[in-house]
Amino acid sequence: MRRKGVNYSRYGYIFTLPFVLAFLVFSLYPILYTAVIGFTNMQGIIPKPLEILDNPFQNFKDLILENASFKKSLINTGLLWIINFIPQMGLALLLTAWFTNKRLNVKGQGAFKIMLYMPNIITASTIAVLFSSLFAYPMGPINSLFEMLGWSDAPIFFLQDKTTARGIVSFIQFWMWYGNTMIILVAGVMGINPAIFESASIDGANGWQTFFRITLPSLRTILLYTLITSMIGGLTMFDIPQLFLQGGPDDSTLTTSMFIYGQAFKGSYMYNRAAAASMLLFIIAALLSAVLFYMMRDRDAAKLNKTIKQQRKAERAAAKGEV
Amino acid sequence: MEKIKEGSAVALRINRTIVYVVCILLALLSILPFWVMFVNATRSTAEIQAGLSLLPSTHMMSNLQVLLDKSFDPIQGFLNSFTISASATILTVYFSSLTAYGLVAYNWKLRQPFFTFIMAVMLIPAQASSIGFYQFMYKIHFTNNLLPLILPAIAAPAVVFFMRQYLLGTLSLEIVEAARVDGSGEFKTFNRIILPLMMPAIATQAIFAFVANWNNLFMPLILLTDKSKYTMPIMVSLLRGDIYKTEFGSIYMGLALTALPLFIVYFLLSRYIIAGVALGGVKE
Repeated sequence: MRRKGVNYSRYGYIFTLPFVLAFLVFSLYPILYTAVIGFTNMQGIIPKPLEILDNPFQNFKDLILENASFKKSLINTGLLWIINFIPQMGLALLLTAWFTNKRLNVKGQGAFKIMLYMPNIITASTIAVLFSSLFAYPMGPINSLFEMLGWSDAPIFFLQDKTTARGIVSFIQFWMWYGNTMIILVAGVMGINPAIFESASIDGANGWQTFFRITLPSLRTILLYTLITSMIGGLTMFDIPQLFLQGGPDDSTLTTSMFIYGQAFKGSYMYNRAAAASMLLFIIAALLSAVLFYMMRDRDAAKLNKTIKQQRKAERAAAKGEV
Repeated sequence: MEKIKEGSAVALRINRTIVYVVCILLALLSILPFWVMFVNATRSTAEIQAGLSLLPSTHMMSNLQVLLDKSFDPIQGFLNSFTISASATILTVYFSSLTAYGLVAYNWKLRQPFFTFIMAVMLIPAQASSIGFYQFMYKIHFTNNLLPLILPAIAAPAVVFFMRQYLLGTLSLEIVEAARVDGSGEFKTFNRIILPLMMPAIATQAIFAFVANWNNLFMPLILLTDKSKYTMPIMVSLLRGDIYKTEFGSIYMGLALTALPLFIVYFLLSRYIIAGVALGGVKE
């Protein structure tokens, strides 16, 4: 029990103070500063007095309505994310169904998980340069492989083709992340009450029925979490496309983060335009987080409702039993 | 009845075979690119041009020589990356644990709003504030300094969230009360008693914080222009440059050198890493 006369609550403030200070200085201030820069004329390498534009939203307007490169970068980012996420989720779900199927009883799951997760831990920059070397033209490992297998007569210039370049970038993202997603989903299935699976198997449900009727619905929160974190990760995709092809060919792998980086730090010093683009990125990310936040908050209330319902059901069943 | 049983046993065996074949193929897909990278690091450019091989050759030292001659300094890069990652990791796990303890152990007025706030800012990407951050650091002459890559690690909302969940499950306030009766101050209680209790969670978060900092490209690329401050991922980006255009052997050597520390860490700690990934998703 707490001794009288000593109030410990101030330690709550003291212990969280370093976090708050660091957040204010290194996160909140830079975000607000970025937002302000987005409304100004800050351009060029030589600092000059900042002026808010006559029309403060000019930078945003130009970006959304006129800047073809920005629009392209948004479309590319979405495209690269979708082409990687759908197969990533598909394969992760398939592997989850297999690894958690008691009848199949897959051996060596630990070793498989270690192998499939491995690309996720290696530096994305290294992987990007590695793949660009593997797909080298005219002679590179992939071209050699294609020739050995008799799939091609002459060397193929993979990285010159827009569709192939996008496909490879998406493939790298897919390859780096499906293991991660699969491990999260398997852990989620392990968290489901085993009694539910038992009763399903007693009722004669087969593997697919169990998976689609019980496993998937129970994973709803985790699937949403994976979806949102993957979307925000995809929104900020930078390392792989930047070092794989530097956005080429013909800007087909230029992402929004690369656009921001390119505007500000690659010789044109368009800080205001880059800041406006950052803010648009921030707004999209904030909207996505808000969805997740809302769903995760709501869950406790939903859970409570569920238990109340279950209790009522049990009571009714008990009452019936008595009769 | 017997026939049906036999039939389902055959079906099960076929299914199982498919599962193993697919899993083994996927494992090969994970390994092969890196295998080719390590093998090609030991082959000469002529050998690499001549075709694919899965067996190492004898040109490791000459590849390394060519690489080092072209201002690629893996030791400096390693030291810079290590300084940043180790310092940032220590700051992240210490201050996140402290913040989480403040959230769990004490009853203060703003506790709930503060936690809500942490959840709200958890997913803000670094790119959203990068322009303001760069201008801020530029004004106080902090570009080409490792500190702007280290100090922000004090505020890691996602790690605080994880640590809070861990403390809620493990911390009993009686220990804290007992320490108070023994005359231990609040800071001393945290450092001597709570931190050791949190070690399993700290170890998991430390691995991920270290790897994330080590692999970070975006912020270092913006802030560091001085060659002596380059981190490993920036060094990798140099391998894409013109000076290596035809030196395939040394490009693979450079890639292998940047990836090697991570492979060592991964195979030593893979069990904990996989367990940590699984925990990250089950945020119940």
